[in-house]
Amino acid sequence: MMAVAAARELRDGDVVFVGIGLPNLACNLARATHAPRLVLIYESGAIGAAPERLPVSIGDPALVTGSLMVCGMADVFQYLLQNGRIGVGFLGAAQVDRFGNINTTVIGPYDRPTVRLPGSGGAAEIATHARRTLVMATLSRRAFPESVDFVTSPGHSYHGQSRRALGLPGAGPVAIITDRGILEPDAATGELELTRLYPGVAASDVARAIAWPLRIRDPLREVTPPSLAELAILRSRFNSPNSSSERQSA
Amino acid sequence: MSESHGVGKRTTLHDAIAALVHDGDTIVIEGFTHLICFAAGHEIIRQRRRDLTLCRLTPDLIYDQMIAAGCARKLVFSWAGNPGAGSLHAFRRAVEGAVDGAGTGPRIEIEEYSHFGMVARLCAGAAGLPFWPLRDFAGTDLPKANPRIASVTCPYTGERLATVPALNPDVTIIHAQRADAEGNTQIWGLLGVQREAALAARRVIVVVEELVDAAVIRADPNRTVLPGFAVDAVVVEPWGAHPSYAQGYYDRDNAFYIGWEAISRDPRRLEEYLETYVYGVADRAGYLAAQPALAERLTAEPRICAGVNYGY
Repeated sequence: MMAVAAARELRDGDVVFVGIGLPNLACNLARATHAPRLVLIYESGAIGAAPERLPVSIGDPALVTGSLMVCGMADVFQYLLQNGRIGVGFLGAAQVDRFGNINTTVIGPYDRPTVRLPGSGGAAEIATHARRTLVMATLSRRAFPESVDFVTSPGHSYHGQSRRALGLPGAGPVAIITDRGILEPDAATGELELTRLYPGVAASDVARAIAWPLRIRDPLREVTPPSLAELAILRSRFNSPNSSSERQSA
Repeated sequence: MSESHGVGKRTTLHDAIAALVHDGDTIVIEGFTHLICFAAGHEIIRQRRRDLTLCRLTPDLIYDQMIAAGCARKLVFSWAGNPGAGSLHAFRRAVEGAVDGAGTGPRIEIEEYSHFGMVARLCAGAAGLPFWPLRDFAGTDLPKANPRIASVTCPYTGERLATVPALNPDVTIIHAQRADAEGNTQIWGLLGVQREAALAARRVIVVVEELVDAAVIRADPNRTVLPGFAVDAVVVEPWGAHPSYAQGYYDRDNAFYIGWEAISRDPRRLEEYLETYVYGVADRAGYLAAQPALAERLTAEPRICAGVNYGY
């Protein structure tokens, strides 16, 4: 459902910075359904990728074979991302706070973390520069605290400063796609609120899994269930890498 | 043309590491998922180099192994995970928690950036400038965690821009598909920051899948990423990037990356791995002899490009 919801956020022709895991699925699903002109860009330097297998990492060799262009990472970050040429950026998150700030660095204090997470990678600059950012995260009170332990990637308010005041060019996280529904920022305050629910989920189920008092937008909408076509594509289209049929054409 | 028939800068990996990598050095073994030179990392472990400052965007399994082996004093990085598979547990043991290293392996210092921050550091290093400006880090805690992330006011627009300091490694080691004996080096597939990392370094080791005649390089000069005059040593080491990959030669060993999660989680299993596949073999040929099924499982299928006309 998360992959389907994310895929539907993409528009045909979007230039998308793709991450590993669900964003990969979402982008490839969108490309196979309503957005055949989607341009998939990976921070590894593959531009217009058309992978014939589901990539395990953002540096998978299948991203190169049959792509439109391969460039160095200095080009990707400076000429494409920083220069405003990326429409959509996908991010994952260990923690997302009330204002959409994202933590992928540490749980606990930075100097002596309880859990050391991987860090930014390209996330800080994607959340800064992509014209809009889509975040994918599974709901829990630990994952959705009032404020994150460390701001790796900027959301809508940092110690009271807005994105505009901070000089951040992109719109930031415009949708947090969770396993039960979708959160979006309030246009004025940047506070995340519940705007869409998946079928069969109650708003209270979402509110219970979030550590701040969750605002619910009126009207609250329901996400259309996955179509048979979407499910069929998700289930059949991509083989797992290093499997016996790994190079079977998609 | 006879220019490539000499020994040139060719040497063995053992001799290149012995001559060019010293205790206390700042080193970069680059390659973004693609072309990570595990052969060189293993040789550095075997030669028991100590107090290294290890720099890479993604420390990957190779630096996890070097941290576990006690080679590292410090890690400079931007994303420390096992791509697509989990964590780098030797790294995590070296930086996490209240236990002060007792029985859990060496602890290390860290200096952390984002990918763009690391790329910009290497751009400055390669360009011979002291720093690089970038529009990044506003509204994040990264500058608090790393005071070397600073800022500058643009003299033309007045805009406040972030800055990162140049990274000029003592040694950069890159893996490539092919080079000639003088070190004119060609890469295709993902380019990462191989070129910037090499041109920023004081000493450069290039490890290749294949040594080719200079005529092969000259037939397709647009594919050259590094001129020979910037290279100090050329080492031929087929499969030298495994379990990373070399486009057109062999696929990434995703099963090994997934398996590393369990190995690195257990310090005893990690030690056994190093004993068997690093200390227990003399060189890369020994490593490959211990894993005879690799070629059958991972050899790349041909997807040949037609080439272009360089005539005039």
